Amino acid sequence: MNLPAPSRVPLNALPRMGAGVVASVDWHALTEPEARRLRELGLDEGVEVELLRPSGLMGGPVACRIGRMIVALRRHVAGAIHVAPTAG
Amino acid sequence: MNPAPLVALVGNPNAGKSALFNALTGARQKVGNYPGVTVERHAGRLALADGRPVELLDLPGTYSLDPSSPDEAVTRDVLLGKQAGERLPDAIVVVVDAANLDNHLRFTLQLIALGLPMVVALNMFDLAERDGLVLDPEALERELGVPVVPTVAVRRRGLDALKERLAEVISPGARTLREGHGVPHDITVLQRRARQIALAATVSETAVRRWTHRIDAVALHPVAGPVLLFGLMFVMFQAVFAWSEAPIGWIEGLMAWLGEQAGALIPAGWLHSLVVDGVIAGVGAVVVFLPQILILFAFILTLEASGYMVRAAFLMDRLMASVGLSGRAFIPLLSSFACAVPGIMATRTIADDKDRLTTILIAPLMTCSARWPVYTMVIGAFFPNRQVLPFVGLQGLVAFGLLITGILGALAAALILRRTVTRGATSGFMMEMPKYQWPQPRDLLLGLAQRAEVFLKRAGSIILVTTIVLWALLSFPKAPDGQSQVEYSIAGRIGSAIEVVVAPIGFNRDISLALLPAMSAREVAVAAIGTVYAIDDPEGDAGQETIREKLQSRWSLATALAFLVWFVFAPQCISTIAVTRRETNGWKWPAFMVGYLFALAYAGAGITYWTAVALGLG
Ligand SMILES: Nc1nc2c(ncn2[C@@H]2O[C@H](COP(=O)(O)OP(=O)(O)OP(=O)(O)O)[C@@H](O)[C@H]2O)c(=O)[nH]1
Ligand SMILES: [Mg+2]
Repeated sequence: MNLPAPSRVPLNALPRMGAGVVASVDWHALTEPEARRLRELGLDEGVEVELLRPSGLMGGPVACRIGRMIVALRRHVAGAIHVAPTAG
Repeated sequence: MNPAPLVALVGNPNAGKSALFNALTGARQKVGNYPGVTVERHAGRLALADGRPVELLDLPGTYSLDPSSPDEAVTRDVLLGKQAGERLPDAIVVVVDAANLDNHLRFTLQLIALGLPMVVALNMFDLAERDGLVLDPEALERELGVPVVPTVAVRRRGLDALKERLAEVISPGARTLREGHGVPHDITVLQRRARQIALAATVSETAVRRWTHRIDAVALHPVAGPVLLFGLMFVMFQAVFAWSEAPIGWIEGLMAWLGEQAGALIPAGWLHSLVVDGVIAGVGAVVVFLPQILILFAFILTLEASGYMVRAAFLMDRLMASVGLSGRAFIPLLSSFACAVPGIMATRTIADDKDRLTTILIAPLMTCSARWPVYTMVIGAFFPNRQVLPFVGLQGLVAFGLLITGILGALAAALILRRTVTRGATSGFMMEMPKYQWPQPRDLLLGLAQRAEVFLKRAGSIILVTTIVLWALLSFPKAPDGQSQVEYSIAGRIGSAIEVVVAPIGFNRDISLALLPAMSAREVAVAAIGTVYAIDDPEGDAGQETIREKLQSRWSLATALAFLVWFVFAPQCISTIAVTRRETNGWKWPAFMVGYLFALAYAGAGITYWTAVALGLG
């Protein structure tokens, strides 16, 4: 049985300072070292994330909060992280 | 006699391991507020409360026992006893950031599974408090099953308790290593357990205003951020000129006085010439730049301590990606503004081989502190010290132009290298951004004192020796009356041979003489020119003023500009070549580096000279 899926957005599509909870990660979109380092930086389903600085027009990296840590990620990595935005 | 027990400091990057190491051993290892400061092992000694000596190891930070870069591999090898020539540690101190337990405890759990006796240093306890966290170290100790001691490394808090608990866990024969059997490598499982434990150890949490977010709103802003970074670099270069004038004058006065005193004391003859023309005119010409070096380092050390380095890397990532590198590489490059040698060592934090190699190859293009004496000598002689805009001095502006030339050269070189000799997969950029901190004044002063020491030691060793050799080669054989001593000497003849090669790019005899000795270190160019002029003009006194006047009368502006551009590119530094050999395990890459940089230097200086001559500046 599927409940109406809560809307999920890629991390880099959150509004600036928008927060959410990681719903799923598309690990296959990442290289093996990328996936490992991302896990090592604490990324996991159920962890709270917040987009601090979106990627910008030039497609540069994003800065986000993962749990208690601020982390810089390339845009395609942020795009593989699917977030259920928290209201507010 | 048994050797002292070996204890290793382990933990995530930027947890405060080196700060704790310094506090415990009295060492002065480099501490900085960004991940990847320590890239190799360092040993030190400490005495436990019961007087037992312990050998303490400071190690590079790592997130797990599966390394992704060469520095992290060192830590794993030491912990598993695989490091060549190193015994297995008898115990470890796991340093964790109390304000980021969720993450740091994961690695701790992995380390506990290793089975070595251990103590957890719950470091940065003050920062956790600042963040509104109330932690219960005893609860943490119960959950983990190993001793936990709250510490504040930078305020030396908790050290005694740490030593006490360490003494308890170190007992001969207590260690067992379980790698291969029990060490879990599944990060996700460990991470979830770590989060539970962190929750259990947290008494309460109050939301507080987070300064880091506010500063980042500006520092990482798409427009304001780059403007701020550019502005910081600009101010740094302005300050090096603007603030150093008076202290340089004092040291110049001191050197002139020394020259007079020595000149009066030592009877005329070769010793007189050696001391006055060689040592004081040569080495003295370099030592006067100490204030500039210190101002430069004050800026760099402040940037490193504040947490801004990773922000700079963040801002540069897009640009770096376009030449096939990543923002991560910008941190070693920024360190290379101080000196390329530690900069090249810092590339050990770069995971990808080709990425790392490219960064090593372009690091010498950053405007290192050894270039300042050369730049200042020439800029001071040819560009008046006037304001072109409020707060913008012409001399600083020229130096800034040379910096930008170096950076653009480095980016262009990376672009070409990554498409040819260092082709490979593009690497990613994923980095933890530390919280901002005020630089510790004590660390800053110690760092500056250390740099002053290094600078003076260099002046007293490599620069002194090269200058004396050059003085000897310039002084013999004695020229017959009426002939120029410099031209008649051995050095003069070597210089003439070099001049044939560099005359097309506008270099004169003085420069030709300076180039070869300056291979040992760039500052030697200044010492060499000081010595050449002192020998050429036995009547003159050994002051900067005279060097400046002589440059003005003997060099054209076109030659001066070509000389400056030469020093932007040329690999005139034996230490850089040596460290490149060590870090790339062979002569191939240092030889390549020297070749391409000299080619760039020749072309760059030539184009500058010919353009300047065409514009009538010859
Ligand atoms: N407020 C506070 N700052 C600390 C404490 N311990 C270390 N620091 C600061 O944290 C930063 C990192 O310290 P380091 O000792 O360089 O960290 P490290 O673990 O050696 O880092 P790597 O060598 O990069 O792995 C520096 O800016 C220190 O001044 C502490 O207990 N409290
Ligand atoms: Mg360290």
